[in-house]
Amino acid sequence: MKRLLLSLSLALPLLAGAQQLTVSAAASLTDAFKEIGPKFEAAKPGSSVRFNFAASGALLQQIAQGAPADVFASADQDTMNRGVAQQLVAADTRRDFAANTLVLITPAQGAPAIATLADLNQPAVRRIAVGKVASVPVGRYTQQALEGAQLWTALQPKIVFADNVRQVLDYVSRGEVDAAFVYRTDAELAKGKVGIAMTVGGHAPVTYPAAVVADSKQAALARDFVAFLGGAEAQAILARYGFGRPQP
Amino acid sequence: MPADLWTQFDAAPLALTLRVALVATALALGLGVALGWVFARTRLPGRGLLEAVCMLPLVLPPTVLGYGLLVLMGRRSALGAWLREHFDYTVIFHWHGAVLASTLVALPLVLKAASSAFAQVDPQLEAAARTLRQSRWSTFLRVTLPLAWPGILAGTLLAFARAMGEFGASLMVAGSIPGQTQTASMAIYDAVQAGHDELALMLALVVSAVSVAILMLSNRYLQRSPS
Repeated sequence: MKRLLLSLSLALPLLAGAQQLTVSAAASLTDAFKEIGPKFEAAKPGSSVRFNFAASGALLQQIAQGAPADVFASADQDTMNRGVAQQLVAADTRRDFAANTLVLITPAQGAPAIATLADLNQPAVRRIAVGKVASVPVGRYTQQALEGAQLWTALQPKIVFADNVRQVLDYVSRGEVDAAFVYRTDAELAKGKVGIAMTVGGHAPVTYPAAVVADSKQAALARDFVAFLGGAEAQAILARYGFGRPQP
Repeated sequence: MPADLWTQFDAAPLALTLRVALVATALALGLGVALGWVFARTRLPGRGLLEAVCMLPLVLPPTVLGYGLLVLMGRRSALGAWLREHFDYTVIFHWHGAVLASTLVALPLVLKAASSAFAQVDPQLEAAARTLRQSRWSTFLRVTLPLAWPGILAGTLLAFARAMGEFGASLMVAGSIPGQTQTASMAIYDAVQAGHDELALMLALVVSAVSVAILMLSNRYLQRSPS
């Protein structure tokens, strides 16, 4: 009897996993996707969605190493382009489903006054948090903007590189850095702890593509999920978190 | 090995790792020997609890240690704010933060080795030294410490290897700032995330080789010690 129960309990997760979808998504999508997940499950009875949130570059790297993801949602086109070039995702399934804005934020209390990017040069700004350029899209958008303003090299000694956009946000919320670059949707989540100093331009448009992972064993369900992201229900949730619609 | 790897390769993380590990080991050695002697030779009230607290970093998740240090030493904490105001100093995003984290994870290894090495020293030898009019301090330096030394050294080498490998807590406290706080373990993590597999592999091999050498050395001293 004991043995029967044991084998049952071992087999149950496998049975439940028959329709399980693993979505690897950019860290900035965390809160919106956690709401979209149950809506998708309700729309597709028998399916269950689990999420893996991290920096887009780190997620693509995991997929390249064979992580069993079904859908990949990136916070930039660069990372998805690499995925297509390395044939890690099915190019024909790629869809843009959201847009975002880069903002410069400061801690809500005791922050130096910043109105322009050049203000980051002042000595009162000691530490600036930026996503790691090699693996975090928000870091690359930041680099583009600061390079455009001829500030990237000069500001290097002040920059603390973070693993993903939520870590950047956390550094500011704790007051450990004086300024940082995140998406508007992230800044909105930490209202009261951080303030938006300015909207930052001079970078590639922030659009989020999603695609089915080439090795997915749930390709049909994965396609459904990508399509679901463009639907009214998911778009309403994304809009509530402050995401924009991608330019067609 | 591709030629461009050499242009990517940066010795700074390795140099910083050695610096952090050396300072942390020295601190852990001083603290560990003092506490080890206290735990082995005195009847301090609350000794068991204190010893357990000192050993805690050995078993705690690094994230708990890192979070604890952030809460204790961060800008918003009482101590962090005081240090910042009076000395314009903070361990957050500073290599000293990595030293602090590494010291805490290395301490249990020295402490455990030292307290068991001291416990092995025959108290009669110490008593004999005392009858020869040696002071307690002189007895410790001339009798107790030399007898306990091989065990302590073995623990210290282990502590050094552990300090070299510290990652989680250091990352949370000191951050991964290239050229300032990015140690070898963080450089490996970044390289893996960025898909620079060759760089990651090369750093991993160097770190592993150094660690194997230290562990072999440590084993030799362990065999020599009376324990």
